[in-house]
Amino acid sequence: MTNNLRFKTSKFIDETYRVSFKFNNKTYFGFKGDTLASALLANGIHLVGRSFKYHRPRGIMTSGSEEPNAIIQLHDNSSRTEPNVRATEVEIYEGLVASSQNCWPSVNFDIGGINNLLSPILPAGFYYKTFMWPASFWEKYEYFIRKSAGLGKSPKVADPDIYEHKYIHCDVLVIGAGISGIMAAKTAAKNGFKTLLVDEKSYLGGSSIYDNSEYSKVNNQITSSWLEKEINEISKLENLEIKTRTSVAAFHGYNFLLARENLTDHLPINQRENKVRQRLLKIRAKKVITATGSIERPLIFDNNDRPGILLSSAIKRYIDLYGVACGENNILFTNNDTAYETAMSLIQRGIKINAIIDNREQIDSKISYEVEKNNIKIYKGYTVIDTYGYRRINKISIMKLSKDGQKVIGDKTKLNCDCLGVSGGWTPAVHLFTQSGGKLKFREEDQVFIPNVYPSDQISIGSCNGDFGLEEIIKNTLSSIKKFLDIDNSEYKTVETISGLNQSKRNIWLLPSDKSIGKTKSFVDYQNDATAKDIKLALREGFRSIEHVKRYTTTGMGTDQGKLGNMHALGIISETAGTKMGEHGTTTFRPPYTPLTFGTIVGRNVGEFFDIFRRTPIHDWHVANNAKFENVGQWKRAWYYPKDNENMHQAVQRESKAARDSAGILDASTLGKIDIQGTDASEFLNRVYTNAWSKLAVGKCRYGLMLNEDGMVYDDGVTTRLSENHYIMTTTTGGAANVLGKLEDYLQTEWPELDVYLSSVTDHYATISVCGPNSKKIVSKVIPDLDFSDEKFTHMSFKNAKIDNIKCRVMRISFTGEHSYEINIQANFGKSVWEKCMEAGKDFNITPYGTETMHLLRAEKGFIIVGQDTDATLTPIDLQMDWIVSKKKYDFIGKRSLYRSDTIREDRKQLVGLLTENPEEVLEEGAQIVADIKKSPIEMLGHVTSSYYSPNLKKSIALGVVKGGKNMLGQKLIIPMENKNINVTVADPVFLDKEGERLNAKL
Amino acid sequence: MFLINCPFCGEREQSEFKAGGEAHIVRPKQPTELSDDEWAEYLFMRKNIKGIQFERWNHVHGCRKWFNMVRDTSNDQIKAVYKMGEKPPVK
Ligand SMILES: [Zn+2]
Repeated sequence: MTNNLRFKTSKFIDETYRVSFKFNNKTYFGFKGDTLASALLANGIHLVGRSFKYHRPRGIMTSGSEEPNAIIQLHDNSSRTEPNVRATEVEIYEGLVASSQNCWPSVNFDIGGINNLLSPILPAGFYYKTFMWPASFWEKYEYFIRKSAGLGKSPKVADPDIYEHKYIHCDVLVIGAGISGIMAAKTAAKNGFKTLLVDEKSYLGGSSIYDNSEYSKVNNQITSSWLEKEINEISKLENLEIKTRTSVAAFHGYNFLLARENLTDHLPINQRENKVRQRLLKIRAKKVITATGSIERPLIFDNNDRPGILLSSAIKRYIDLYGVACGENNILFTNNDTAYETAMSLIQRGIKINAIIDNREQIDSKISYEVEKNNIKIYKGYTVIDTYGYRRINKISIMKLSKDGQKVIGDKTKLNCDCLGVSGGWTPAVHLFTQSGGKLKFREEDQVFIPNVYPSDQISIGSCNGDFGLEEIIKNTLSSIKKFLDIDNSEYKTVETISGLNQSKRNIWLLPSDKSIGKTKSFVDYQNDATAKDIKLALREGFRSIEHVKRYTTTGMGTDQGKLGNMHALGIISETAGTKMGEHGTTTFRPPYTPLTFGTIVGRNVGEFFDIFRRTPIHDWHVANNAKFENVGQWKRAWYYPKDNENMHQAVQRESKAARDSAGILDASTLGKIDIQGTDASEFLNRVYTNAWSKLAVGKCRYGLMLNEDGMVYDDGVTTRLSENHYIMTTTTGGAANVLGKLEDYLQTEWPELDVYLSSVTDHYATISVCGPNSKKIVSKVIPDLDFSDEKFTHMSFKNAKIDNIKCRVMRISFTGEHSYEINIQANFGKSVWEKCMEAGKDFNITPYGTETMHLLRAEKGFIIVGQDTDATLTPIDLQMDWIVSKKKYDFIGKRSLYRSDTIREDRKQLVGLLTENPEEVLEEGAQIVADIKKSPIEMLGHVTSSYYSPNLKKSIALGVVKGGKNMLGQKLIIPMENKNINVTVADPVFLDKEGERLNAKL
Repeated sequence: MFLINCPFCGEREQSEFKAGGEAHIVRPKQPTELSDDEWAEYLFMRKNIKGIQFERWNHVHGCRKWFNMVRDTSNDQIKAVYKMGEKPPVK
C-alpha cells in the first residue's frame, strides 16, 4: 500500500477529518469528501469487482453515475444492505462497510473466471441458444446461471430507513449545476422565475469547479475561481432553491419529473436515526432547462477493460478534486484534446506520464504544445492494440494506424504503465431529453447525437446540447436562455473566454487490431460483458434494429443502461452494415436514469399505509368479539367469529345452523348505497336494470340485476322506493364505486335529459341484518313502536322508524332465504343498535355471522354472488335468471346484446347446482368440470364457482358453470383432481326451500 | 403524466382523471331495430388511432364530470378539451 498517491492540494478534501471504512473485510482510511472510489484509489486499489459473464477482473473506470464496473454491495449483512451501488457515487463516512459483487469466493480468486477461458464458446445469444433446449433442463440451467451470475444480494429483513415523497411546483427547473446550469439558474431566478436547481453530486459546479488550468479562463480568471463567485452569488438568491445529491430519475411528458434526493447516505449510521433517508421529488415545472453535461467516451480496443484503465476525465477529476493519483506510470490514449487537460493536471503535480497515444496525425492546440514542452512523448496517428496485466494493467502495445484508420501498420511497440487513461471524445447526456419524448439528430462532424425536437417547454444547454468548448458553452447558453425565458437581460454583460483546446477529433468506433476480430475482446458494454465481436455476430445472424441487437447481445441492458458504450454499439452497427448513424434507430433510454431504491419509490406507503382500508361503524365490536376479518375491496369485513378453539369450518357450520334454526346477525354496512332522486328516477332505473321499475309502489323493495352493454351481468342488489321520486339502491360491496361511475356516465353522456341526481351514501349508514325464524321477535324488541305484523310489514317492503328518537329505515329483505330484517341507521349509531340487537336476541341465541356464513346460506338458496359465480362472461339467461329480464321493456342497458348470435348459443356456460356422489366430499372452488376423462385432450366443460358443506342440508353443495348446463339436470359429471376423480350430478341451483316458505317462517 | 385542463375545474394532474375510450359514439336510440352487425359496430368497434384521437375523459377524483379531449396519441399532446354535447373545436 502506498501513501504517495494522495496529493495535498485539494480543497475539496478535509484532511483533518480521517475516515475509516471497510472494503472486502479490510480496513482502510480516507478523508471526508472522498467517494468510496477515490478513497480506494488513494489506497492503490483498482480491482473492485468481476464482470457479469466472464468474471474478468474489473476496476474503477469512471468518477460518476456512468460507472459500469465498480458496482458494490453496501452494508453487507445488515438490514440496510444494498446491492448494485456505484462506488463512484458513495460518499464515505466513518464505519462504511462495502464489498465486491459478482465474485466468489473473493475478488482476487474467482471461480467464475473459468468463463473467461471458456469465452470462445460463450458468444452473444449463448444463453438463448444453449439453455433453451431441451426445455425440461431449464430448471438446472437456471440454477447454474443464477449462482454464477447474480447481481448482489437483496436484503432479507425490513428496511429500517424512512423515505418520503414530496411535490414541487416551479417555474423553471434546471437539471445539472455545471457552468451552464448555474448561469441558467441565476438568470431565471433573477428574472423573477421561481427556480429549482438540482445536481446529483454533493457539490455545485460540475467539472468546471476543479478546472484550474491556465488554458481555460473566463473573464481573465481561472474558470474555477470565476465559477466559485457565481455559486456564491446564486446561493443567496431568494427565488432559487438548490438541491444537491439530487438525481433526476425520470423526465415524463408535460414536464413532470421524478428526482431522488439523498439526505443521509453520506452520514455515519448513528447520525441517521429518525431522519428521512431519501425523498422522491415529484416535480411539475413550467419550464425545464436540461444541463446534464456529457459523458466521456471510452475507446474500443482489445482488452480495454483491465483494472487501471480509466476515462481520462476521471483521472483528472480524481487528481484535481480528490487529490488522488490513479497511477504512478500513466499513459493517456486519446482521439481528441481532452486527454491533454488530464496530462496538464498530472504534470502540475509531478505525476509521471510515460506517453500519450493519439489517434490523430495532426494535433494543433496550445495545450498539446504545452504538454509536448514537458518532454512527454506523443505517438501521433497511433492506437493501442492490446493491454497486459491480470489484476492491474502493466503494459500496452501500440501500432500505427493506416491512413483510413481501418488497419494497423508497422511495428508493434510495448510500453509500461500502471494506469491508462482513455478518451474517445464526449457523448452528450441526452438520456433525460429522450425520456421526455425528445427527438435527436446526428451531427456528422463530431459523431454525436444532439437534441433536435423538443416535445414540451424545455431546452438543453451546455455539453448535453453538443456544445463542448468553453466559449461555445457560455455563448450559446446565454443566447438560448434569453430566448427560452423570453427576457432581454441575461444577467451577463460580456463573458470573455480563453481556451487552449481545439475540438478536433479522429473518431474510430472500433479501433483496428493486428488480430482478427474473433480473437479480440474489445468491450463495448463493460457491465454486461458485450464485445464488438458480439455485435458483429448479431449483425451476421441477421439482427438489424438496434433494439434487437441490444437484446440479443445485452448491450446497454445493465444497471448503467450502457451510458459509456451505447454510442460505440451504434457506430459499429452502422459501420458494419454500411448504414448511416441512427438509421437503425437509437436506443431508448428509460427511467430511471440511475437506479432508485424501492424505499424511495414507495415512500411512506408501507405497512398499514400500503393501501387504505375501510372499517364499518361496527368494526370495534367485531374485533372485541374475536372476529376474523376478510378483505373485500378496501373493506375489512368480519369473516367468521370462532368460539373457543373452533377452526373456520366449525365456526361457519355453527353460525349457519344458528341463523336458520333461530337467529343470526350480519354487519352489511359495506354494501354500496346510492341515493337516487329526481322526477325521472323511475325511468332511469328502468333503463339501468333488466326488470321493470315504474310500477314499484312507494315503500316497496325490489331486487335488480344490472348488465353491461354487452349483456353480461355487472352488478346486483335491492333497490327501495322511499317516496315518489326517491330511491335507495344497494350494490355489491366491491362494485359500489364502479356502479356509481357507470350510472353517472350514462346520465351525463347518453341521457342528460333525465332529471336524476345520484349521491353515494355508503358511508352514511350502518346496515344491520337480522335473519332467522326468531328475527321478528328480536327486531320488534329493538323497535317496539313499529308494527311488524306480516300484514303490515310484508316481505320486500320498507318502513321508516325510530330507535330512541333516531330515525332509521327498516327493510324486510333477505339474502339468506330466511325471514329477515335490515336496519339502516346513521353510521355513528350503528354499533349501539347492533348491541341492542344482540341484547334483544340473547334469549334466542342470536349468533353473529360473517361473510363466509353469508356465502354458505345464500348458496343453499342458489343466490349468485356477482364476481364469484359470474365473471363478466355470463348473461342473466346463462345464470338461469330469465325471470328477471323484462320482455316488455323496449330498452335497457345490455338488452340488445341478449339476442346476439353468440349470446343465444345453447352451449354457453350456464349456472347449475352440483351435488357430489359422496355427500361428505366438498369440491374445491375453481376446479374444472369434465364429462369424459378418457377423451384426449379432455374437454373442459366449466368450473366450480362456489362450494360448501351445508349443515342445514347435511351434505356438500356447489354451484358451477357448465357448457349447456341448463339441459343437463341429473346428468353425471366428473371433477378431476390431482389424485382422484370426484363424481357429481347436475342439480337445480336452489338447494333449499325452493317454495320460499322460510321467508315468512317464525317460531 | 399529463396536465389536463378540466372544462369545469381547470388544470389538474392526470392521476385525478380516468380515460373512457373513444368519444362521439352515440348509443343507438333504437337498439332493437339494429342487426347483429350494426349493434356489434356500436358495441365493439373502436379506432385506436396513432395521431389525432377524440376521447372521453372523466374527472373522477374531482368534479366527476365527463368531458371530451382531442389528443395526439403519437406524442400525447392534448389539442383541446370540451364539454359533452359540444362540437370538437378542432378537426
Ligand atoms: Zn373537474
